[in-house]
Amino acid sequence: MPSFVITEKCDGCKGQDKTACLYICPNDLMALDKEKMKAYNREPAMCWECYNCVKICPQQAIDVRGYADFMPLGASVVPLRGSEDIMWTVKFRDGNVKRFKFPIRTTPEGTAPPDGGFGYGPGTLDDQLLATEPASLRADELWTLGR
Amino acid sequence: MMQEFPTREVSTDLLIIGGGMAATGAGVEAAYWAKKHGQKVVLVDKAAFDRSGAVAMGLSAINQYVGENTPVDYLSYVQQDLMGMCRQDLVMDIARHVNSSVHMFEGFGLPIWKDAEGNYVHEGRWQLMINGESYKLILAEAAKNAMATLGEDGEIVERVFVTHLLLDKKDKSRVAGAVGMSVREPYEFHVFKCKAALVAAGGAVHVFRPRSTGEGLGRAWYPPWQSGSSSALMQMAGAEMTSQEVIFIPTRFKDAYGPVGAWFLLFKSRATSSSGRDYMGEGFKEGGELHNWLPYGAVKPIPTCLRNHLMMQEMYVRGDGPILMQTHEAIEKIASGAPDEKTKKKKLKELEAEAWEDFLDMTISQAMLWASKNIYPEKGPSEIAPSEPYFIGSHSGASGAWCSGPEDLQTDESKNDYFWGYNRMSTVKGLFAAGDGVGDSSHKFTSGSFTEGRIAAKAAIKYCVENPDRPQVDEAKVNELKEKTYAPLKVYEDNKDYSVRDEHVGYTYSEEINPNYIDPKMLMFRIQKIMDEYAAGWGSQYNCSATTLNIASEYLRYCKEDLDKVAARDIHELMRYWENVHRLNIAEAHVRHKLFREETRWPGYYYRSDFPKIDEDNWGNFFVNSKYDQEKDEWEMIKRPNIRFVKIEKVVGM
Repeated sequence: MPSFVITEKCDGCKGQDKTACLYICPNDLMALDKEKMKAYNREPAMCWECYNCVKICPQQAIDVRGYADFMPLGASVVPLRGSEDIMWTVKFRDGNVKRFKFPIRTTPEGTAPPDGGFGYGPGTLDDQLLATEPASLRADELWTLGR
Repeated sequence: MMQEFPTREVSTDLLIIGGGMAATGAGVEAAYWAKKHGQKVVLVDKAAFDRSGAVAMGLSAINQYVGENTPVDYLSYVQQDLMGMCRQDLVMDIARHVNSSVHMFEGFGLPIWKDAEGNYVHEGRWQLMINGESYKLILAEAAKNAMATLGEDGEIVERVFVTHLLLDKKDKSRVAGAVGMSVREPYEFHVFKCKAALVAAGGAVHVFRPRSTGEGLGRAWYPPWQSGSSSALMQMAGAEMTSQEVIFIPTRFKDAYGPVGAWFLLFKSRATSSSGRDYMGEGFKEGGELHNWLPYGAVKPIPTCLRNHLMMQEMYVRGDGPILMQTHEAIEKIASGAPDEKTKKKKLKELEAEAWEDFLDMTISQAMLWASKNIYPEKGPSEIAPSEPYFIGSHSGASGAWCSGPEDLQTDESKNDYFWGYNRMSTVKGLFAAGDGVGDSSHKFTSGSFTEGRIAAKAAIKYCVENPDRPQVDEAKVNELKEKTYAPLKVYEDNKDYSVRDEHVGYTYSEEINPNYIDPKMLMFRIQKIMDEYAAGWGSQYNCSATTLNIASEYLRYCKEDLDKVAARDIHELMRYWENVHRLNIAEAHVRHKLFREETRWPGYYYRSDFPKIDEDNWGNFFVNSKYDQEKDEWEMIKRPNIRFVKIEKVVGM
């Protein structure tokens, strides 16, 4: 624990060019057993419970069981991440269930424009203006001392 | 048989080391200037760029947005919060650019909350609420799209952990590149050659013993992959570092470390001692504890360390813990403002979603913790507690490199000490920093770190253009570092037969327990135990003295001497080894800095029990800096002036 692979669901992403959870884990925790084509968390005590492996898994084969040090058993928190929003199902130890849905982005995937839509300004290497300024400041000029 | 590791050489003009918020800002900005001036940019990340760095999980707020306030307003808040210690030029520099970054985030596609009139919803004066599940991913996407405009002159290298910087063969005060190990097949050893390097490789976690040490070891507040690389890379390369004593102790919901900002600022919740004492109000009153910490204690907002201090007094001196966030009280207060039952019900539903999103966006474990303990915030209070210490120059800490500021935000008085040609360049030529890598430039958080990355990247490209001759990499040094990089694998191969699972062969049945080596995790635990018990971790209730710090120093030296007796079984463990070498470096720097500053300036972060008071006359005007000479293994401690050239008339609060 904390993130673990439901082995009957995991196929090691054999149809894809890379195993998704291995690719995404910020702490290099996920490993692949190439013989069985199953992924596993090789260092669970270094897991931040960031849920990136859970969110990215195409088979929904990864779940989290809370840190044994301080979490009584029986609860679960399950995300379902789409291209525009994320749905969360929070199950309490007492059986209560809460569901939440939040937006995750306002632009289509892959299209974030590097200039933020502001275009590039008149700055040069010799002044203090950053590439998209002053337009992106929504001000006429950049602040400096004595102004 | 030891595996052979192929070498991959990468030549570039600018090398960006790191993948978090600051590096992402650097990527976005560098691409524009590099394209314009024919320069190449390579960004190297130890993880996957989409979800690397401190914001990998997401975030529920942008903590620095200056809006209609001025950079001097923001400075007043930062200087007050850090007990008078910050570089005014650096703080104002970020503050004057940060709105631009936030507006760009919105353009990238980050959902920022807006009210009915279309204005941003503020959590506090400086903080904006966001739907931030994909915060990092969206920004990384913009950086990738920016880098793609460079064609072959732009590259993002993932899963390479940079272990050392390289210096010019002839001029040891000039950067020439970096080396690192790939943790993905074919496990290439990377040699980066560059004109300028920009270090934005995060802060440090797991230097001090965390409060949870079993399975919950990984549930640090700042992520466990922050291994002190920004600091170690630069300090080992001889850059002057600053404020390495300024640790940060966040107070958060106990154990899972869920955020408290929305509760305090947005929902106006109170924290009390166990018996219900309003300890912050009491501390602020005339004659209260805060008046022992003048001039900062008597002014609002109460600095972060002093808020911790008041809490620690309740817990450790009065014995009136645990500390409680009165969540139910805050919810009831907001809901009771509704004109009728129907509106009240709707308001409660909204508040519930906001409160849970706050956790689900950035600390999912906290949602799990509340669910697992059947905690309903509308029904009763929740425990909050001070955590273990972290190195995070981007927050209410200040550790990092001593860097040049911008030319136009200086006075005649400050220019000599704070400006040397290129904004955010360290004292090593061509070596730039941003985010947790820059010291005395606190409270930049995510938006300010991204902004500082932009500032540093532009200056670094300017440096590349103005210094076109390439530094020379010392190939002998590269070979030496390559051998050193993989040495722990050899230690394992050479000694593993002493520990076998085959009965009655060798010494032990456990691979971890071997008379000839220890594993990287035990190295980390040793550092954590030393730091916790002798350098003011939670285990010593944040107390230290010259006596304990000298013990820490001695024990860390033993760790250093034992480094060639640490074994790694595979490449993953080898990365852990190097992460812990970086942790050891910042631990050593930290202890030396703490020992040097003979006062207690940040009570609630740490206490020098032999110098228990703030000493404004002797220490208020100085930053503590240090330089490390790797060849001689010697440290030099330096005092640099804290020049407050902008006079703060009024502190602008949160």
